[in-house]
Amino acid sequence: MSSEKEPLFSSKNIKLLTEPLGNSNPITVQVLGICSALAVTVKMKPAFVMAISVMVVLAVSNVVISFIRNSIPPRIRIIVQLVVIAAMVILVDQILKAFVYDISKQLSVFVGLIITNCILMGRLEAFAMGNKPWASFLDGIGNAAGYSIILIIISFFRELLGSGTIWDYKVVPDSFYQFGYQNNGLMILPPMALIVVGIIIWVQRARNKKLIETK
Amino acid sequence: MKSFSNTYIFIFSSVMVIAVAALLSIAAITLQPFQKRNVEINKKQNILTSINIESTAKNAEELYTKFITESYVVSTNGSVIEGADAFTIDMKKEISKPIAERNLPIFVSNVNNTKQYVIPVYGKGLWGPIWGYVSLNDDLSTIYGANFAHKGETPGLGAEIDTKAFQAKFIGKQIFDESGTFVSVRVLKGGTANPESNHEVDGISGGTITSVGVDEMLKDCLSSYEPYFKNIKK
Repeated sequence: MSSEKEPLFSSKNIKLLTEPLGNSNPITVQVLGICSALAVTVKMKPAFVMAISVMVVLAVSNVVISFIRNSIPPRIRIIVQLVVIAAMVILVDQILKAFVYDISKQLSVFVGLIITNCILMGRLEAFAMGNKPWASFLDGIGNAAGYSIILIIISFFRELLGSGTIWDYKVVPDSFYQFGYQNNGLMILPPMALIVVGIIIWVQRARNKKLIETK
Repeated sequence: MKSFSNTYIFIFSSVMVIAVAALLSIAAITLQPFQKRNVEINKKQNILTSINIESTAKNAEELYTKFITESYVVSTNGSVIEGADAFTIDMKKEISKPIAERNLPIFVSNVNNTKQYVIPVYGKGLWGPIWGYVSLNDDLSTIYGANFAHKGETPGLGAEIDTKAFQAKFIGKQIFDESGTFVSVRVLKGGTANPESNHEVDGISGGTITSVGVDEMLKDCLSSYEPYFKNIKK
């Protein structure tokens, strides 16, 4: 290892931020975190707050794990990672309840469900256990941003077609309904989220042939 | 890979667990007053919504003291229980008691010089509890306003019970029929309620179990106030 100091935003570090947005997106390429992507994307507002919460939890736990990575006994490392994630999630939940009560009411159980998000464990195990805190921080932000982007896209379509609103504002005019237009009830149910994810994956792979598995 | 002794692993995990436990307890204790206040304000806002008063988290307390003139607790046989605080009564606990032992809170409000009785209701939805407040005109039958909330009903379906559109359907409905028998307000399958009936509203299509939950909650909670209503009507 060389001892010279790496600049904070070297091209390698920038890549940590941008890669997960596209070619190594946690949802569409690694297919992680699907469960919560289905659960919280009925409307945009909760999806957005969920995305922010995941970002905070992932970035902070990545940094914490990265700091103590050399003293974690490998045999119990998964448990250590879980404890860190769980502690962070509870902390975030408590803070939301104390200071933004309205939003925490909307998210209800979903904040607790961040613990079960595979992206978190995946990043801690694959990245933070072997990299320095700053790089881990960027990796956390990057991956959470990749997750967020997909969440926002899915929730946009689901809210528009399923409830006729965007960010709780009505966008489908009443006259449409009078002509017999109806909100698509299927959009509100989880299966449709899976189909939307599928379409995003399809579009992404059609545009970038490298992502297609050769087998 | 470094190897670690069993002793090290034990010490490491103990230290970690104690540190995390300490951190979380400190957070819980310092944040508790804020959370409690939020819950109280939210409750006051819910009560105010049921008498059709818009409030924000900031002015809720001021409006609450302005409009809610008194609150008291009654028993299921219709008498007032002295010395109980209606605001701190936990409906979840009361509902789980046998009917005869329940303490029933009532909030009395005064809007535009008319009197309303606000009744808390509590029941089961599809995924968790649902609750709310129903305010009655001083004929003790006509609904003046209603407010429902839920813990985790399906967004877009059952969760619609906390929207204005759903709650507004209850306004003007009556919980007693012409002969004075308790009939509650039935929440029927979406689109099947008779618009001319005073005792029926449409449920939410796709949110059937939540709608049935609201139906049962109203019947269950409002009926236990019947003896008290009969007492004051006399």
